[in-house]
Amino acid sequence: MNPADVRAMRNELIGAVHQLMRGDERIFFLSADFGAPALDPLRAEFPERFVNVGIAEQNLINMATGLALEGFVVFAYGIAPFLSMRCYEQMRINLAMMGQVRPLNVNLISVGAGISYDLSGPTHHCLEDLSVMRTLPNVALFSPSDWVQAQQFAAYAVETSGAKYARLDGKIVPPLYEEGETVAFARGFAELRAGETCCLVGTGYATHMALRVAERLKESGVSVAVVDVFMLQPLDRAGLAAVLARFGNVVTLEEGFVGCGGLDSLIAAIVREHGVAVRQHSFGCAQRYCFENDTRAGLLQRYGLDEGAIFEYVMNLRRE
Amino acid sequence: MRDAGLSDEALRAKARWVWRETLRLHRRAPETRVASSLSCVEILCALMYGGILRFDPRNPRWEGRDRLVISKAHGSISFYPILADLGFVAVEELERIARPGGVLKVIPDPLIAGYETLNGSVGLGLGVGVGLALGLRRRGARARVMVLCGDGELFAGASWEAIMLAPRHGLGNLCIIVDRNGLCMLERCSKVADLAPLEEKLAAFGWRTASVNGHDVCAVRDTLRALLDEREPRPKALLADTVKGHGVPQLEGDELCHIRSLAPEVIDALLREGE
Repeated sequence: MNPADVRAMRNELIGAVHQLMRGDERIFFLSADFGAPALDPLRAEFPERFVNVGIAEQNLINMATGLALEGFVVFAYGIAPFLSMRCYEQMRINLAMMGQVRPLNVNLISVGAGISYDLSGPTHHCLEDLSVMRTLPNVALFSPSDWVQAQQFAAYAVETSGAKYARLDGKIVPPLYEEGETVAFARGFAELRAGETCCLVGTGYATHMALRVAERLKESGVSVAVVDVFMLQPLDRAGLAAVLARFGNVVTLEEGFVGCGGLDSLIAAIVREHGVAVRQHSFGCAQRYCFENDTRAGLLQRYGLDEGAIFEYVMNLRRE
Repeated sequence: MRDAGLSDEALRAKARWVWRETLRLHRRAPETRVASSLSCVEILCALMYGGILRFDPRNPRWEGRDRLVISKAHGSISFYPILADLGFVAVEELERIARPGGVLKVIPDPLIAGYETLNGSVGLGLGVGVGLALGLRRRGARARVMVLCGDGELFAGASWEAIMLAPRHGLGNLCIIVDRNGLCMLERCSKVADLAPLEEKLAAFGWRTASVNGHDVCAVRDTLRALLDEREPRPKALLADTVKGHGVPQLEGDELCHIRSLAPEVIDALLREGE
């Protein structure tokens, strides 16, 4: 395996933050008692600007807010379902509301998107964060599909004022972008693959699923496009609408509850706003929790997000 | 700017004036929480007129100011007359409370000069205060962080997350004032779960504590001064014993006074009595 393939998103992002901390005294790194190999050298070098607040996500957000109001750039780190939901009101009032009337820069780094903590069970599966974070105004929503994007988020986050939520995969996934390739954060999406029959739109791990399905379809003589949406907000919505307008069919894929305000709702709104004449079909997780021991692929199948079903759906489009 | 503050007599007169103005505000905006606003009149007066806090009304965001986080924001209507008196907001705004276009709301927010943070949903202020104190210390700033909270607010778990963490970081620049009126919305706090002995609980976590009669404005000022003069690197807590609805017989002792509004004629009678 290429060494570039075995880099974890969180290590690359934290490593980049660590580098930035050397030249930028404003940066604080707070953790809700959660670690990473890359975090150890950071906290050893900057004990004054690293704070473990303990298993206390509410206080994590409250403290981050206080530091940010004093002009510090804060990274607040935790496990995705807890960071997105245990402290929701703290984020709502201190980041979303306060962020509208006071300058602040708070970056929530959540690890364990979707069911990347597959074996840990439903308490650690995070299928709601795309939906619940999207409803907060003034909070950017970053959902990278590889470590290249995650790494570049560090500098983007420091330079860009406001609250942001980054949803990182808990597992190592192969890179989809070239190291050193500039991530177009303002655009928020990338066309990874050209095609004709339809456009598969994914985010995070689901983009990897879309690419695998596209490869299988190609083997069956069907070409589909793949778009990776990595910034759900803010996003160049008109630009994305123009891309989608080239297709008669759009298929969204997300490792999150489907039909509840996540990527599918975002794409539906963009299509509606811009009068794009496409038929949209959405794949995601059914609204139930899986308690079974299984692999990620097996669990996704149980949740109803199944690469075979997506393949069949697109093949049927061809037959229509 | 911090000055010596008002004389004892002037300070007591100011507190009486703020009490009356708070009732007048409530007469104009009956939706305001008058009972909890009356329990912290003397605390706010000690802070703002007693030479405790540094501030500049002409420059409310002055970097050198002490940060006052009013975590019990919904119960701080009594801060409005003080802000108008000191020049943070125009005096005419007191007449326009809760009216379309007016600056002053039923629940305060940081668009009102003098308010640092967004509260009203309780339990947020202590943790934000810890962050502010950590940031100020990191910058080497002299400014202090003062957090005013209610005792009912201490039922919110996030308050204790902050209480446990602050001593570990030696935040000597942080002071909380608990407006201990003993009542939450539905009943006495002690009926919910006894917070007592609060001094011992805070001390056990590493806080320096003091307690005071929260309606003796000079005592509040003096106790706060002594507490803040402690140079040791640990956070401080002043437990101010207060009466919810202080000075209003119709509110004092009523367990449900948090949600009570006073009729205009009741307020008029109270104001006449005090003349």
